[in-house]
Amino acid sequence: MWSYLTSADVLPVIFAGLMGLSILLYVILDGYDLGVGILMSDAEPNEKDVMVASIGPFWDANETWLVLGIGLLLVAFPIAHGIILTALYLPVAIMLAGLILRGVAFDFRAKVGEEHKTLWDHTFIAGSLLAALAQGFMLGVYIVGFEWNVLNASFGILCGVCLAAGYAFIGACWLIMKTEGDLQAKAVRWARIFVWVTAIGLAAVSLATPFVSARIFEKWFSLPNFLILLPIPVTAGGLIIGLELLLRRMPFPGDRLHWLPFVGAAAIFLLGFAGLAYSFFPFVVLDRLTIWQAASAPESLTFMLVGIVIVLPCILAYTAYAYSVFWGKVRELSYY
Amino acid sequence: MDALLLARIQFAANITFHILFPTITIALCWFLLFFKLRYDAGRGEHWLDAYRFWVKIFALSFALGVVSGVTMSFQFGTNWPGFMETVGNVAGPLLAYEVLTAFFLEATFLGIMLFGTGRVSNRIHTVATVLVALGTTASAFWILALNSWMQTPAGFEMIDGKAHVVSWWGILFTPSLPYRLTHMLIASGLTAAFLMAGVSAYRWLRGDNSPSVLAALRTGVTVAAILIPVQILVGDQHGLNTLEHQPAKIAAMEGIWETERNAPLRLFAIPDEAARTNHYEILIPQLASWILTHSSDGEVKGLNAFQGNHPPVAPVFFAFRIMVGMGLLMLAVSWLAAWQLWRRGEPGRWLARGLVGMTFAGWIATVAGWYTTEIGRQPWLVSGVLRTADAAAPSVTAPMIGLSLAMYLALYALLLASFIFVVFHIARRAGQSSAGDKTPGGLFAPHPSVTRS
Repeated sequence: MWSYLTSADVLPVIFAGLMGLSILLYVILDGYDLGVGILMSDAEPNEKDVMVASIGPFWDANETWLVLGIGLLLVAFPIAHGIILTALYLPVAIMLAGLILRGVAFDFRAKVGEEHKTLWDHTFIAGSLLAALAQGFMLGVYIVGFEWNVLNASFGILCGVCLAAGYAFIGACWLIMKTEGDLQAKAVRWARIFVWVTAIGLAAVSLATPFVSARIFEKWFSLPNFLILLPIPVTAGGLIIGLELLLRRMPFPGDRLHWLPFVGAAAIFLLGFAGLAYSFFPFVVLDRLTIWQAASAPESLTFMLVGIVIVLPCILAYTAYAYSVFWGKVRELSYY
Repeated sequence: MDALLLARIQFAANITFHILFPTITIALCWFLLFFKLRYDAGRGEHWLDAYRFWVKIFALSFALGVVSGVTMSFQFGTNWPGFMETVGNVAGPLLAYEVLTAFFLEATFLGIMLFGTGRVSNRIHTVATVLVALGTTASAFWILALNSWMQTPAGFEMIDGKAHVVSWWGILFTPSLPYRLTHMLIASGLTAAFLMAGVSAYRWLRGDNSPSVLAALRTGVTVAAILIPVQILVGDQHGLNTLEHQPAKIAAMEGIWETERNAPLRLFAIPDEAARTNHYEILIPQLASWILTHSSDGEVKGLNAFQGNHPPVAPVFFAFRIMVGMGLLMLAVSWLAAWQLWRRGEPGRWLARGLVGMTFAGWIATVAGWYTTEIGRQPWLVSGVLRTADAAAPSVTAPMIGLSLAMYLALYALLLASFIFVVFHIARRAGQSSAGDKTPGGLFAPHPSVTRS
């Protein structure tokens, strides 16, 4: 079993899966806290404190999934890492500036006087939005294989707007789960708006992707693949309609099902990710570089796999523990 | 300017900005644990006050360390794609283990450490502090293992221009790792100790002589006074290790152009790369030979032995002197302060001002030390394996790097100024409300032994 897993054929697949898992977890987890940052642009000062408190214990660890995802790309597929990150040089720099600004604004806002707090709040909002837009833009130009022209750049911008909307959507769902009263009602309204922007974005990416690569078109629209894959878009569509119907009635008496929109949003992200992963596999750079061509030496991947097999379950366990510690509603800014 | 130079400046700017914050957090977390354990042992409420104050500075430093660290994980790829292509098989797993064993641990339990009070028991909160401290230290181990491998590579073989691992043990524990790791951990201890002493002295000078301020002041000064002589000793051993494995770096640090016996120690000089000589030398006869070979007529290899293959001399020469000078200043100030605190229970006003002036002394010494060792490795990125020039990204153009460099520099200047401003701001604010300050929401129930006494 172990010798099969550590063969040069299988290792790259395992690491592609692990990288995908990290990126998916990142998009869901940092997605909601970036989304909360974006939504703060439409919140009152006292609501902002609660919103920040709701993500306080988590944002650091959430962002670590990005480091792991990029780290795995770097260590398991070094050639792809070089190609992708040099092609995305400027958007990466912009995203990092956004992440830096929001990460520090989060801490600074709690430690300075009232007169500077507004400034850091604006920085937090701007940083969150900038990071989300840049990530979506990068996803877009990654999908079109880094071919720079006006059409592809517009597609990148579209993806940027849609990912930011998706983050705002999952952020609103997070707030429905973590807050109560007026802010929760507001979060429901936010969620109802952004679920549709997210839906439009998903549709746009799903329709565009087959047309940038004949191979992807073939993978989706040949029979019987089309029929086998049909459940992915159908389920996503069903989830969006279901969420809209659910959100119309929320919040329920006794705050029943307050966690359901977040789970639904995460499921939509999962389906979108699954569709994209299916389109790309086995390429790590579209139609140019497969995971086997890009992979590091098997002995290095094996050495890492040992660590991952031991450590990853621990990480997942203590992450779950941390979420259980902070389970329930946030009421005030209980900042150490 | 060409793309390579800009890429190097950008990476140097980023890594310089980054190292400031882990240098604080690696050791500060152990200080926090010490405060917490004193409180847990019933030594008084003021230890918890000290914890509450310093955990704020810890959180701020940690956040800056995280965001600048995320930047670094991208810049390996954006600035040095050749690095991972050539030595990715070695560097990759070390970085991956850092993320897996350190980053998640510290980030997750930091959440509990900062926001968990009232939600977890006091014991779990202490355990969270231990885990964060272990995480920051584990992170230092992995990154220094990688850096030491880049300085003194071992445990690998080159196949078709790529490094392949022969022995992980050899890669992890290269000859320079024990010295480098110890040197860096103590540097972190000194940085945190001087920060603590400086900020506490600042609060004390502003009339805040609450027990928590004096406890932190005493802790900072004592740790600094103990660590600095150890650091000087370790630094000397590290130097001897470098002489054995990277003699060109030592020649540049000492400004020795020609191999010589009875080599004098150059206290000051202006190295002239073009003429391959020094100007305005101030010498102490034979001392360099004595320090490096422990014999006054010992032969020290000069830069002439490594022509075309040695680092630029002036930056290494000066960075080394700044580090050593800072270390000697730290020795004088910390011992004087320790003596005063021991004799009188509080520092003199002028010495307290001196401590405030030295608040960020650890930063200067640490950065100067890293410049010495990193520039001292040039022209190699990985000694004898990969030249820095061969690792740069050929497809990224100079204007692109220049543009992002300008953005990063502006951002870093803003954040550094904000950090220093906020540290002193919360020090002032803590002073205003220090008498019986209780954070809203209530922290822990007072310790039984405290209420009893």
